[in-house]
Amino acid sequence: MQIYLPIAELSLNIFLLLGLGGAVGFLSGLFGVGGGFLMTPLLIFIGVPPAVAVATEANQIVASSVSGALAHWRRGNVDIKMGLVLLAGGIIGSSLGVWLFRILRGAGQIDLVISLSYVVFLGIIGILMLFESLRAMQRRRKPTGRRVKLHQHNWLHGLPFKMRFRKSKLYISALLPLAVGIFVGVLAAIMGVGGGFIMVPAMIYLLGMPTSVVVGTSLFQIIFVTANVTFLQAWQNQTVDVVLALLLLTGGVIGAQFGSRAGARLHGEQLRSLLALLVLAVCGKLAYDLVATPADIYSLGYLVSE
Amino acid sequence: MIGRAGMFLGIVCCLGQLAGEVRAQALVADLSKHLVAVTTGFVGTDLLLFGATNGEGDVVVVVRGPEQRDIVRRKERVAGIWVNRQQFPFTEIPAFYSVASSRPLQEIADSPLLARHQIGLEYLQFNPGEVAPEAVTTAFRDALIRNKQRLGVFHDRLGKVRFVAPRLFRTDVHLPSNVPTGTYTVTVYLIRDGEVRSAQTTPLVVSKIGIGARVFEFAHQHAAIYGVLAILMALFAGWLAGVIFRKP
Repeated sequence: MQIYLPIAELSLNIFLLLGLGGAVGFLSGLFGVGGGFLMTPLLIFIGVPPAVAVATEANQIVASSVSGALAHWRRGNVDIKMGLVLLAGGIIGSSLGVWLFRILRGAGQIDLVISLSYVVFLGIIGILMLFESLRAMQRRRKPTGRRVKLHQHNWLHGLPFKMRFRKSKLYISALLPLAVGIFVGVLAAIMGVGGGFIMVPAMIYLLGMPTSVVVGTSLFQIIFVTANVTFLQAWQNQTVDVVLALLLLTGGVIGAQFGSRAGARLHGEQLRSLLALLVLAVCGKLAYDLVATPADIYSLGYLVSE
Repeated sequence: MIGRAGMFLGIVCCLGQLAGEVRAQALVADLSKHLVAVTTGFVGTDLLLFGATNGEGDVVVVVRGPEQRDIVRRKERVAGIWVNRQQFPFTEIPAFYSVASSRPLQEIADSPLLARHQIGLEYLQFNPGEVAPEAVTTAFRDALIRNKQRLGVFHDRLGKVRFVAPRLFRTDVHLPSNVPTGTYTVTVYLIRDGEVRSAQTTPLVVSKIGIGARVFEFAHQHAAIYGVLAILMALFAGWLAGVIFRKP
């Protein structure tokens, strides 16, 4: 059964879209990730214009992060103060990102920048995650002495505007989370992702936040950053397709429930290595498309009625 | 531009009618529908075009969509990856172009005539937006046609006009699911001995109708409110999912 998507301006099979939402939802429930980094490339592969895919995915992520953030909120796993500082950066970054998106689109370079961002970030994250999980699996087989990580001080702790984050048990410069927020915000707007896959490692390794509050705080700020992207994309570029978003999120919320149940039966390290392989597969496909000789080296820009 | 196109259309219609009267209806043709509604379940459609001629001759049917401008880009390999490097703008591109004929075009008429009436994909003309050597313009023009063909909005259906009786002809006009909206012109030519004996132009309107059309209009006319509503919808859906699937 075909459904006409009014903003994407094409007909796609309704079950394909629900299934896609369900499958990506299942994986995101299984691995505890947002899934934007899978959904946006998949939408582009099935023919949705990249600009519409990125903006619509931002809209869907608003929905998928609300249910997750609410669950963490109830358990008290959200550092609101940290979330607000990250969010301030996120709003600046994502506004900058939407503006950049518009310029790149006009210059005909947006597809390239989207693909390159995916290849670079998925490549880095995938490789790091794979090695980390393999090491963890080895450690589990041959238990050695527990490593005690001491609190390390470096030049990052010398920055001004120090702020106390009670929930995260941190006393660091507010510039640090602000910068992380800006950086992830730009990526969220250009790549059509929530940015959790970069935000979470940055919070753990760069800011030194305790893992218990990382996911909840990340989800909390993702809601507002993706809401900002949705609004700006809808307002300036008219590229948010609510019909597409509704179908994807319907499939997505159902898939996520099954995914999180399946995830409970697997070990953390196994999950992370599987996720790493998945991330590297998407990265590989996009990298191949960049270097492979295209079917036609000429392409059309954007259509404008006269 | 719309004004000029409208005037042009008007003149063509008048000429068509005049020609018809003078030559005592050398050609009459009509479409099964003059309005195509792009609804939520739209998967493309086929229109029936049928008509009669007053004697021997070949029939050619040209369907042209509203005019657009576009940019054609050319990729080059830079440090191993393919990057858009050159671009060339065109205006007066029909958003849709389809030609059907009773025999291969070369057997019906010679190139000057086909070029004058823009009959056939190779005779389509666009207005180049820049001054460039002819080889460059031609390469970009050919690429534009190739890309439009791949999108399914440009096609030729040579030999697809069938005579069901000696003077009675019919053909299908196929509009794909991604058909551009706007006012189309459907021109039917009767060509005999390498000359156009008669021509008739009929308008065809393709427009979005229903929920899809309203969503599209709202998204463009009230973009900011649309954005806020999209966010509210997502917030509500997320909250609802949390409530439904909340673990006891």
